[in-house]
Amino acid sequence: MNSRRISYFEASARARVAALADAGSFREYCPPAERRTSPHLARLDAPVAFDDGVVVGSATVDGRPVLIAAQEGRFNGGAVGEVHGAKIRGLLERAAREKPAAVLLLVDSGGVRLHEANAGLIAISEIMRALMAAQAAGVPVFAFVGGSCGAFGGMGIVTRLCDEVIMSEEGRLGLSGPEVIETVKGVGEFDSRDRALVWRVTGGKLRRALGEATRLVDDDARDFRAAAIAALSNHRRAPADLADLKAAQAALARRRSAHPETRDGLEVWRALGLPQPEAVPMLSSDAFNRQLHELSAEA
Amino acid sequence: MERFEITLPARAAGAARQTALAGVVSSGNLEVLVEAGQDPATCAIEVNTSAHGFREIWEAVLADFAERYPAGGLRIAINDAGATPAVVSLRLSQAFEDSTGEDS
Repeated sequence: MNSRRISYFEASARARVAALADAGSFREYCPPAERRTSPHLARLDAPVAFDDGVVVGSATVDGRPVLIAAQEGRFNGGAVGEVHGAKIRGLLERAAREKPAAVLLLVDSGGVRLHEANAGLIAISEIMRALMAAQAAGVPVFAFVGGSCGAFGGMGIVTRLCDEVIMSEEGRLGLSGPEVIETVKGVGEFDSRDRALVWRVTGGKLRRALGEATRLVDDDARDFRAAAIAALSNHRRAPADLADLKAAQAALARRRSAHPETRDGLEVWRALGLPQPEAVPMLSSDAFNRQLHELSAEA
Repeated sequence: MERFEITLPARAAGAARQTALAGVVSSGNLEVLVEAGQDPATCAIEVNTSAHGFREIWEAVLADFAERYPAGGLRIAINDAGATPAVVSLRLSQAFEDSTGEDS
């Protein structure tokens, strides 16, 4: 654990693991020396990575045993290929057997790796199934979203299956990414080059305000670690049975009617009654969390 | 992809080395994996690069590395996505230093 600020956004997957785990506690499964590289990328004559873009292993966080997976957003956009997906799935299956205190998923991914098409899609569905099996075995899964690729596509769904979603404003969470929406529906629907709009709509603050992220932290790996420690001692549980799911569905319906015709985060800040809606993007996570807390106390 | 292996004479690394990885395979970047090899008098390097036709420059950069560091007895594997020579040198240095197991 470092006393100096480390930008989570800028850090590599390995640096994030080192910052979240207790010093020296991380043990990697399928390490780079085993060269479990993608056969699909090799067949396409594209560069491979020795870890196929994801680091998996065991560690302790504040002395408690956890399993960790960290996607490397800079390798093919953190996209999930066959080997990459199998490593995450295997880790979640191990969690169901070994019952650590939690699984930490450090998500940084645009979704399925298009080079691997069906194998990547299948990998995502296997991850979802293994994640829910781990939860059913009593192991909570926490997602951490604060990297350059955010959490989109299949990994956006995986993130929302987690018991806790810990985000920074810099991280983004969604299903279709901004470029995909613009390509399919046109620039009038979503201008993916308008960076401020992209963050107002998919960034951590809006996700926190809408309840999709459970904790908002600053872009500092120490804050992500502190949130992990807090979640380890007291965490939200993902909806598990039919009654939970119906309640979640009802909450979504209420949310939809509370924000009709809303196209932008800014309109949500106004509708929520935040004191200075235009200033929200620049607020620290502490100040923003405080404002949200005050609003919920008034309600 | 272009692939080749080079074995260079190098001073023995001496103390035990641990496996180390530096860098990420992304545009203009590369990863360097350092492991223990067989022959303490040479450094064996395997290069996989997406940029074709730069073998001479690779050989110059790697020879410079083998001269500057006691890299004998090490086996190095590289996955490259078009890094410049300066970035290659930096990653080689980082991976070598990490392999000594001392915190930098």
